[in-house]
Amino acid sequence: MVDAWLYIGLFLLVGIVIPGMAIMISWLVAPRKPNPVKQSPYECGVETVGESRVQFKAQYYIFTLVFLVFDVETVFLFPWAVALGKLPLFVALEGIVFILILVAGLVYAWRKGMLEWV
Amino acid sequence: MTPLQLVFLLTAALTLVAAFRVVTTRNLVHAALWLVVTLFGVAVLFVLLNAPFLAVVQVVVYIGAIAVLFIFAIMLTRREMRDQGAQLNKGWWAAALVSLLTFGGLFWLTRSWDGFTRTAAPLPTGQDTLSALGKALVSPDAFVLPFEIASVLLLAALVGAVYVAYREK
Amino acid sequence: MTFWNDPIHFIAEWLRGLFIGWGMSGDVANVLIALIGAVVLASVAMVLDILLVWVERKVVARFQDRLGPNRLGPFGLFQPFADILKLIIKENITPAGADKVPYNIAPILAMTAVLLLWAVLPLAPTIFGVDLNVGALYLIAAGALGTLAIILAGWSSNNKFALIGAFRAVAMMVSYEIPMVVTLLIPTILAGTMSLNGMVKAQDVWFVVLSPLAVIIFLISAVAELGRAPFDLNEAESELVAGYHVEYSGMKFGLFYAAELLHAFTFGGFMAVLFFGGWRGPWAEQYPLLGLLYFFVKAMIGYWVFMWIRYTMPRIRIDHMLAFNWKFLTPLAFVLLMVTALVDKALAGAETWVYALGMFLANVVVAWVTVEILRAYSRRRRLEEEAPAKQVIRTGVEGQAAHH
Repeated sequence: MVDAWLYIGLFLLVGIVIPGMAIMISWLVAPRKPNPVKQSPYECGVETVGESRVQFKAQYYIFTLVFLVFDVETVFLFPWAVALGKLPLFVALEGIVFILILVAGLVYAWRKGMLEWV
Repeated sequence: MTPLQLVFLLTAALTLVAAFRVVTTRNLVHAALWLVVTLFGVAVLFVLLNAPFLAVVQVVVYIGAIAVLFIFAIMLTRREMRDQGAQLNKGWWAAALVSLLTFGGLFWLTRSWDGFTRTAAPLPTGQDTLSALGKALVSPDAFVLPFEIASVLLLAALVGAVYVAYREK
Repeated sequence: MTFWNDPIHFIAEWLRGLFIGWGMSGDVANVLIALIGAVVLASVAMVLDILLVWVERKVVARFQDRLGPNRLGPFGLFQPFADILKLIIKENITPAGADKVPYNIAPILAMTAVLLLWAVLPLAPTIFGVDLNVGALYLIAAGALGTLAIILAGWSSNNKFALIGAFRAVAMMVSYEIPMVVTLLIPTILAGTMSLNGMVKAQDVWFVVLSPLAVIIFLISAVAELGRAPFDLNEAESELVAGYHVEYSGMKFGLFYAAELLHAFTFGGFMAVLFFGGWRGPWAEQYPLLGLLYFFVKAMIGYWVFMWIRYTMPRIRIDHMLAFNWKFLTPLAFVLLMVTALVDKALAGAETWVYALGMFLANVVVAWVTVEILRAYSRRRRLEEEAPAKQVIRTGVEGQAAHH
């Protein structure tokens, strides 16, 4: 198994080196003539007002929170799905119970208006 | 030293350095990014321990979800990303003492454990570990209760999130 | 073992003999061969990527009733090389106030995240990088790195457009990851394994027959994951200029562009692997190179569908996008997962055709119920919308009556 992951590790290395090389080549041949106007943040020609890293709507955070819960859930479900074929029926149903509990959570969040953007 | 040990030492060093940078860097987003490096290092350690499922889960959940959540939280809460205040407060020595005691205690407890020196029994080849894990999660004589409780725990987390975000309309 | 029935191992064995003949130890030779394999596979992906630039430009031109690139070489085939040359010699502008290190890591990471997918893609029975037993989840893990690249790009650019684009992209990618993961669970259940090559081998009946709904859900969430129209609100040229890569120029922009195209093709490949039998086809088992051909044809069709959707659909609004995911796609995917698991258990010992028919019918039933629920919902909404209007008219009439 470690052999397979050694390959993944090497692939990660190659996958970093190839695009890295593209940037290196371009760094070698491309001109470099920076000036303040060229480097100013692009806002369609209008001067930037205030800080560029602006604050964000809380909704982004809330949706990510909901996502996190379901992400963890699906991770639990993968071993269950792999083993499903070898399980007796009532044991398989426990996975369904697991899903149902969380679908209830989704319905609750929905009813409370958490899935609304505005 | 075998190549495997070399990889382990490099990964462990990277993980520790990144973890140190998480605490010391003054830029909050950089701290979150160093945290990503730390978590990735832990994923590599899982691979070295022959636990590929946990490694992939580490990347999916911690880098794909929790790190993203952290970055969103940072963007929401602070307008000024660069912390100018002092990094240590008056109680730093107490925290240092507690950390030192915890580390010493753990060190003392695990010092006599023979798991460090003993070679682990090789995994039975040909056995599908994932399938075994899946069976163990739902078998009544194994971990079905923790499995279902995990679901309830996630539900509680979701309800908590709803409560925090809920506004009277 | 000859070249024709196992080319990769044939070459690997030959190389190993060569390296050991040069006086290398077996382990070093193995690592070197793995490295060569990785370089070759990644290079194939990159060369393919160059061709995809041409394909994409040519196809979009046809969709828009134009000719597309046709000057350089036959059918304009040399156009992408000219594009690359241009990108390389363009100045790389780093905006003032940019966070240099993340700014430069982001395009590399975007490409790496896509290339990593190729390590597990089963191209033919014996031609693949590696067959992980966690293949399906690995797909999501690589996607997580792609998400990170977008956050890095958006945040480090010191530009409001870039930051907004990145936030939208991430909100969309993480949201649509849920239906995607759930639809990945369905082939996992049907094949009984998470290994991608194992899934292809298990498809005596293509999974698209067993679970057509899963294919549709996977297709939609894949389009969102790719950030292509109608889910391209991270780029949204009419409002955000170019989204998260607005401040990138030259080769750094080129990498984002190339990563996006290769990502789309790779997802076409994953569609083929998960639902359309991957490399399966007549004589593919005996002649892996034939399997390679089948795989690329299927992946190209998948890629073409992505382009078809991209150039046909208008962009949707962010609240609609999130509502569509959380209120429709996610519940539907979970219901489909439960139904699939139940039917799988109920028909466990049945003949293949009974199993396939049962699965297909279960999908039809789920789809039908979904459509009925949607119809009932829209009817209720329509009545609600119409009701106040009628009331106004009635009160108007009654008001007049009261006057008299």
